[in-house]
Amino acid sequence: MRFTFKTRYEQDLNLAKHGGHRFWYSLLLLVLAASPWLISEYALAQLTFVLIYGIVGLGLMLLAGFTGLFSIGHAAFLGVGAYTEAVLVNAGLPFPLALAAAAMLSAAVGVVVGLPALRVKGMYLGISTMAFGFIVAEVFARWESLTGGNAGLHVKAPQIFGWALDSGVEFYFLCLLLAVGSTLAVLNLLRAPTGRAFVAIRDSEISAQSMGIHLAYYKTLSFAVSAALAGLGGALYAHMIKFLSPDQFDIIQSIDLLLMVVIGGLGSVHGAFLGAIFLITMPQLIGAGKGLLPDAIGQAPGLKAAVYGIVLIAFVLFEPMGLYGRWLKVRTFFSIFPFYRRGMFKRQKSFQKSDRLR
Amino acid sequence: MSTDTTPLLSARELSVRFGGVLAVNQVSFDVRRGEVFTLIGPNGAGKTTVFNLISRIYTPTGGSIHFDGIELTQRAAHEVASMGVARTFQNIELFEHASVLQNLLIGRHTHRRSGFWADLMFTASARKAALHDREQVERVIDFLDLQHHRDTLIAGLPYGVRKVVELARALCVEPQLLLLDEPSSGLNVEETDDMAYWIHDIRREYGITVLMVEHDMSLVSKVSDRVLAMNQGEVLAQGSPAEVQVHPGVIEAYLGSTHDLSSLRRPSA
Repeated sequence: MRFTFKTRYEQDLNLAKHGGHRFWYSLLLLVLAASPWLISEYALAQLTFVLIYGIVGLGLMLLAGFTGLFSIGHAAFLGVGAYTEAVLVNAGLPFPLALAAAAMLSAAVGVVVGLPALRVKGMYLGISTMAFGFIVAEVFARWESLTGGNAGLHVKAPQIFGWALDSGVEFYFLCLLLAVGSTLAVLNLLRAPTGRAFVAIRDSEISAQSMGIHLAYYKTLSFAVSAALAGLGGALYAHMIKFLSPDQFDIIQSIDLLLMVVIGGLGSVHGAFLGAIFLITMPQLIGAGKGLLPDAIGQAPGLKAAVYGIVLIAFVLFEPMGLYGRWLKVRTFFSIFPFYRRGMFKRQKSFQKSDRLR
Repeated sequence: MSTDTTPLLSARELSVRFGGVLAVNQVSFDVRRGEVFTLIGPNGAGKTTVFNLISRIYTPTGGSIHFDGIELTQRAAHEVASMGVARTFQNIELFEHASVLQNLLIGRHTHRRSGFWADLMFTASARKAALHDREQVERVIDFLDLQHHRDTLIAGLPYGVRKVVELARALCVEPQLLLLDEPSSGLNVEETDDMAYWIHDIRREYGITVLMVEHDMSLVSKVSDRVLAMNQGEVLAQGSPAEVQVHPGVIEAYLGSTHDLSSLRRPSA
């Protein structure tokens, strides 16, 4: 068990709270930086996907996990980012500019979608964002002069002044850099008044408002930041997959993204990346497990969807705090061994919330 | 205490109607600077509704509320806090999945000095602002003896402590006027006594004017300068706690009429 002796308020502001944090996160960064020489090209590509989905997950986590606004149309932002990047890079723009444009345009679209969020909550917000997702997917399919429609769109390698990042290793480092940057940005927001305002809105709108938090502004801001991160992830996704078609950004993708943050653990930054790891490795595990099952099940067409559904239900029932929550429990078990009790993470049920004001 | 004699808050002919129900009807009162002013009345009298009108959760159908000379009904709900009005809630509206410290820091929201981009980069100025906020919050923590619970999640705190945390959060706003909605509800005798001391101290040390809704008459007479009794959305009586307690209208509202006892009699066989 670790006790941090605090002598200055600044210690609570630092991202790394103690030596253990510094050590483990440095080690993680070192391993990630050395990965191209440690793992196979295929595994590196998968790791790149994890980073890309991690960035998108961060955005959705900020929105759903920290502001309490659920979006079932997040693939649309991913798509806006991806198509913006593709069109601009194909037109010969240097990729940093294209990346910035992708993030900004996504953010702008996020603001537009955020507007209904000021009026509707919960399930209704989910429905309106889902409808938005359908609209955007339709736009991708119909705006053939720009997106190539259902025939798809090829994406050139990212380049700047004649130098192209066409190898997997270079692109991996780009993704790593952006993933680390996005993570730091989100962590910064969360330790500052902006992030606290988000959390306040999630937990009680009525009292957030009484504390002087402008609900409309912060909800819109949350949508914008979330969409910008999704757009950034989308832009990287476009380069990774090299070929875009509207069906990559449909409702299934949106649900996958939501699944990712729920399974990762709502309300934790770690959860975004844990969820991304889950989302990328699961199909591989299913693929590997297929051979072990009888053909009637193993070769059934809906196997992946069924497994995802079962896993999601299992998490909601048994581990609402997701993979990160499970990790916290395991860590606590070892750090206070042998004093761990089963009820330690049980939330007290309370029935004090006033429903009079809603 | 201030020498300014104009009332800090003055409500004039305040009315609000929900459908067919007239929840507050032509209520007028003044809260003087530096006093503790209490609203009492049976359940459903419209006390909390008056609070919600002041904090702009509801919009009055008629009448006006002036705070420090400014018409409150023209302001948006989130602007009320930055004007210097903080409140607590009857049923505790804390941010459940955040620590006590974070809750109190949210109370400092109206004093934020760093913008979105500074927050995103966590610049030196954002860090400085964060440290300043923390110092201010620590003063309130010291004042209300919350050191013990600083890093505990609200979800894990007992009811009595939550009540204090909510008071602390309202103090972090550094208000001129503090609205306390039933500060003693759900507290035991000892905690209620503490609450009375704190309300005293808040007024003495910070010079904050307090407007509260309260049922516990011993607390009311201990701390309040003036009391306003309401029933069914209307003003019954106003005056010192002792005066209001013996007012026939107030007694009738709580206990029923003293003249007509026929309804209490057993029908003769």
